Amino acid sequence: MSKSNKEVPKLKFNQGWSYAPAPESASHVKLKDRYDLFIGGAFVKPTSGKYFDTINPANEEKLAKVAEANTADVDKAVKAARTAYDKTWKKMPAKERGKYIYRIARMIQERARELAVIETMDGGKPIKESRDVDIPLVANHFFYYAGWADKLQYAFPNRIPQPLGVAGQIIPWNFPLLMAAWKIAPALACGNTVVLKPAETTPLTALKLAEIIQESGLPDGVVNIITGFGDTGAALVNHPGIDKIAFTGSTDVGKIIQKAVAGTNKKVTLELGGKAANIIFDDAPIDQAVEGIINGIYFNQGHVCCAGSRLFVQESVYEEVIQKLKDRLETLIVGDPMDKNTDVGAINSKQQLDNISKYLKIGADEGAEMYQSGCALPGKGFFCKPTIFTNVAQSSRIAQEEIFGPVLTVQTFRTDDEVIEKANNTPFGLSAGVWTDKGSKIFNLTTKMRAGVVWANTYNKFDPTAPFGGYKESGFGREGGLHGLGAYLKW
Amino acid sequence: MATSTIKKKTAAKAPKATEVKSNSSTTQRLEVLKTYKLYVGGQFPRTESGRYYLATNKKGEQLANICLSSRKDFRDAVGAARGAQKGWASKAANNRGQILYRIAEMLEGRRAQFIDELLKQDSTKAQAEAEVNTAIDRLIYYAGWCDKYQQLFSSVNPVASSHFNFSVPEPTGVIAAIAPQNDSLLGLVSVIAPVIAGGNTIIVLASENKPLCSITFAEVINSSDVPGGVVNILTGKPSELATQFASHMDVNAIIFCEDDELIQKDIQEKASLNVKRVMIYKEVNWNTEQGESPYFILDTQEIKTTWHPIESIGSGGGKY
Repeated sequence: MSKSNKEVPKLKFNQGWSYAPAPESASHVKLKDRYDLFIGGAFVKPTSGKYFDTINPANEEKLAKVAEANTADVDKAVKAARTAYDKTWKKMPAKERGKYIYRIARMIQERARELAVIETMDGGKPIKESRDVDIPLVANHFFYYAGWADKLQYAFPNRIPQPLGVAGQIIPWNFPLLMAAWKIAPALACGNTVVLKPAETTPLTALKLAEIIQESGLPDGVVNIITGFGDTGAALVNHPGIDKIAFTGSTDVGKIIQKAVAGTNKKVTLELGGKAANIIFDDAPIDQAVEGIINGIYFNQGHVCCAGSRLFVQESVYEEVIQKLKDRLETLIVGDPMDKNTDVGAINSKQQLDNISKYLKIGADEGAEMYQSGCALPGKGFFCKPTIFTNVAQSSRIAQEEIFGPVLTVQTFRTDDEVIEKANNTPFGLSAGVWTDKGSKIFNLTTKMRAGVVWANTYNKFDPTAPFGGYKESGFGREGGLHGLGAYLKW
Repeated sequence: MATSTIKKKTAAKAPKATEVKSNSSTTQRLEVLKTYKLYVGGQFPRTESGRYYLATNKKGEQLANICLSSRKDFRDAVGAARGAQKGWASKAANNRGQILYRIAEMLEGRRAQFIDELLKQDSTKAQAEAEVNTAIDRLIYYAGWCDKYQQLFSSVNPVASSHFNFSVPEPTGVIAAIAPQNDSLLGLVSVIAPVIAGGNTIIVLASENKPLCSITFAEVINSSDVPGGVVNILTGKPSELATQFASHMDVNAIIFCEDDELIQKDIQEKASLNVKRVMIYKEVNWNTEQGESPYFILDTQEIKTTWHPIESIGSGGGKY
């Protein structure tokens, strides 16, 4: 490793200006004390009579009580979806179907601010992300797929597309409303009805979406939203009245689902875990690349299935990159997600914080060198300092297993072939990043990455028109774009 | 054993001494029978297990001793397929097309041999000729797709931000397939062709009951510039090997062409071990145009989306 680097000017971060608090107001947010299940167009009490609390992970305060759906409730929801499919939705002209979806998109835009604030309160992500990334993408996703409803015959040449029927959809807590949009919008556009189960730690925006759907006049039962834990999801997967399962979540649970539907005629798409390589060549614009690394792993506290969690740095620029990375780490503002200046918010749950802490210990035990931001963490709530592990071996568990938190592992390489080999040496294959100024090298690398999404000189970008999904154990099927339609059609 | 209803050359190997005597007594030349072996990594090995089973026709007459492949044979084949996959995928699409065309040429030249084997396996003459013709034409069909399906299934995506964004199909990798039982040659060709047209490599288990054409087809492959390991053909029992096909951790996808719910369920369960893609082709009539489509190629493709920034100084740009 060359030490020939010019003196990198060191910024002093521990003195001088500090930011005044700039909290987003929650005064315009309307939250009920208790949320029931959204089945057949109405909010109905759970058969179990049971409710659970959803809390704000940034201060551990209770936000609302939410219904816990049991097997009987799942059955009710699936039947409502089936009735809506048979009686209304599959008979509706595609143009009209599309107009309902457009209307939902517009109503989401109208209530974007409220949705963004609730997303941040319930999930812990910084308000600037839910405001500028999540909610705009949600509205755009509905708007994009609305237009497909009456054009499906153009998407798959020489085929006559048909809806599948009732789709059961299970989504995670990292992008709660965005994942709901990724699931519901294409399903409806293709003429299916749905039963959606949001994650137990982040049910509120999905339930707000249920209110929007109710107001939109969408026929009863076309979208049903039921809340609960893993048992509720399992009941949905195993329900015989489901034609399709769409799941986003961990690879472990994805495998259980794939096994559970064996021998049935249920179609499945899985969007599972990742352990993406983010590769920095010595000819990359280093300052931009450092921003890309930061965005790749600390965006949404690293709760991103496609997070750039394995950094590969070419040896000749290793010291420069690491120094700049550490400097940049110190400038990240960690804390209150509702503050408009916050870069890294709260970890989604106590359980997830424990999981991340477990990996921090594993990394240290494996002999990697840990560097953490010097930031102070709030006294309440679930927070984790942005962390970098250097001196990491390819075989280290922290370099092999998905941590799903703000934890970056750093490895080095010398040649293109070496880094291609190392980057692909994982059971996952969701995403990858490449930083270099040389065009032909970009395309060599992006072609050779065994991953479904590859960012060149950028990272963590999403768009309704861009298909997203994994290779290998990161799942199968695509969401977004023309290709995303295939998950909800048969021929 | 050979009877009057079947031509002499259909006799099982190692005919009884009396028959040999009768041959020699009429001064007929003794026919040289073929040893049916496996096709793995461009070689024709016998099964490492040393096991065999007897292929018969409907009347129960013996046709040949066929290798009863083992789990180890399959593992060897996966190794060969994995080793060949990168090279095959990186060949020019045009070149893959020419190689598939070459397979068709070789098959055309050996029509008589395949028709003969199909006749032994209970096809009528008309059926046998039709099957060979369709198999040849199917290879030509997929040869043509090799450099076209990419354009059909790709997209340039009009993202709202300032990026050039496109999605293209790439091969899934190593595919294990259990070929249709009833169409000895055509089923095999119909399963192999779309998989390799798309840059994948394949291990295929031939029809258990009608295995003769499979190894003869391997000879065609072997003389068609198809690199060793791209196509690997095993003979044996789906009931024994399906579970191995589905549970191998270096296989990316599995194709099952039989209507057997128990095996299908077992395959689908084991496939979850490494999230294999599973294709069940049980209602396909391979003898019709239903049996060919670029969508069979798409079944063993992954869609990759690439993002690339566009410098747009001073332009309106895109904003949500």
